[in-house]
Amino acid sequence: MKVGVLALQGDVREHVSALIACGINPVHVRRPSELVEVDALILPGGESTTIAQLAEIFGLLDPIKSRIAAGMPVYGSCAGMILLADSILDAKDGQKTFGGLDITVRRNAFGRQVDSFESDITFDDGCPDLIKAVFIRAPWVENIGPGVKVLASVDSHPVAVRSAHLLATSFHPELTGDHRIHRYFIEEVAKPALEKVK
Amino acid sequence: MSEVKGTGRVKRGMAEMLKGGVIMDVVNAEQAKIAEDAGAVAVMALERVPADIRAQGGVARMSDPDMIEKIQAAVSIPVMAKARIGHFVEAQVLQSLNVDYIDESEVLTPADYENHIDKWDFTIPFVCGATNLGEALRRINEGAAMIRSKGEAGTGDVSNAMQHMRKIGGEIRRLSSMREDELYVAAKELQAPYELVKEVAQTGKLPVVLFTAGGIATPADAALMMAMGADGVFIGSGIFKSGNPAQRAAACVKATTFWNDAKVVADASRGLGEAMVGINVADLPAPHRLADRGW
Repeated sequence: MKVGVLALQGDVREHVSALIACGINPVHVRRPSELVEVDALILPGGESTTIAQLAEIFGLLDPIKSRIAAGMPVYGSCAGMILLADSILDAKDGQKTFGGLDITVRRNAFGRQVDSFESDITFDDGCPDLIKAVFIRAPWVENIGPGVKVLASVDSHPVAVRSAHLLATSFHPELTGDHRIHRYFIEEVAKPALEKVK
Repeated sequence: MSEVKGTGRVKRGMAEMLKGGVIMDVVNAEQAKIAEDAGAVAVMALERVPADIRAQGGVARMSDPDMIEKIQAAVSIPVMAKARIGHFVEAQVLQSLNVDYIDESEVLTPADYENHIDKWDFTIPFVCGATNLGEALRRINEGAAMIRSKGEAGTGDVSNAMQHMRKIGGEIRRLSSMREDELYVAAKELQAPYELVKEVAQTGKLPVVLFTAGGIATPADAALMMAMGADGVFIGSGIFKSGNPAQRAAACVKATTFWNDAKVVADASRGLGEAMVGINVADLPAPHRLADRGW
């Protein structure tokens, strides 16, 4: 399986390291020609307005949308969760997303940087132990559509969700050196989804 | 389930999210909107851009809280603000305003010519300037969660930023090639804590994100800094002292992402109108050089 990391802006390096630790040799995706090469994609943490804008300017917005619609497995952390959401609250005027995940996400829902925090949370599907979750100006999921499953919550706000081939977390597992979420994405989300497409 | 705020991971992690991006100086809400629309990852709210501080002279201080709050209300991206070196009360004020990052900046007039702010005391993360590795590690030892090379702010002359990036990079490469028993003397020479020196020698990089700043005025300048190993770029006077700020800002964002693709940098550089006029750093009398502030 070839996994790409969208490398327009953000903590690309940390996701690349996490994937390498999972035995995957990822590719950087900045152009449509690089997107074509990958079976699955990670949308990193970063500034969602910047990433969306660069994606549009460099012709990645529509190709990623159609790949998601065609079943490409995608994992997004923080800004990546916003980019996967069908709708967003507290967005910049006209802010676009790739969409595909039937959720409404509130940007910066936990507050500004002064409110950024770490917490040990339970991640209920396949990861029995607590996960150290790092939330940075983090969003939360405000509404979920049918077919979306909540995997983790903080103060009753969903912070990890998945639908069939899409996974999103409002925290950053790539910052902690704990690769269970990336492994979960590869083994439990991406592989089964790609089997199905075949 | 306990939530812990202001941890090292949360502070340094915030800077990781800015990587590959451009942070732009803005002096009002309109400029902040232009920066956000152009794809800035954050804005730096200040009363006068460095070029004006330089031109007008006088003591440069923290910005008016009203002005910072207007900018916070205008944009959804992170808002940073500057405190004077050593002025921990300005920093406390900025923290109370919920700015996302504090820049303890040599661009403002220093409040303390010996000590920097004890940055461990704050929930809000700090970025500090450095001209060499020892200075960067001293700031990190004081709690800085992000470093930027200083360059010479407000000049539009990229030569000092280049010099500082080469210096920091060169000193890191030198540490990486040393025997472990040589690191004690290296720490002494760098005037930096041994533990941090050892960490840099082992990892081959700073323990925090390294941006660059000072004199960046064109897309090619931004790309050059990325090629020198910067994780991202601060652009101060370069955007809003130019002929067409919106277009130049967007062009610098593109060039920062595609720094190693000369064709994209070329396209981004087309038809931008006048760049800021600029001053050659070599023509600045030594007492007027901001990069020499901080120790």
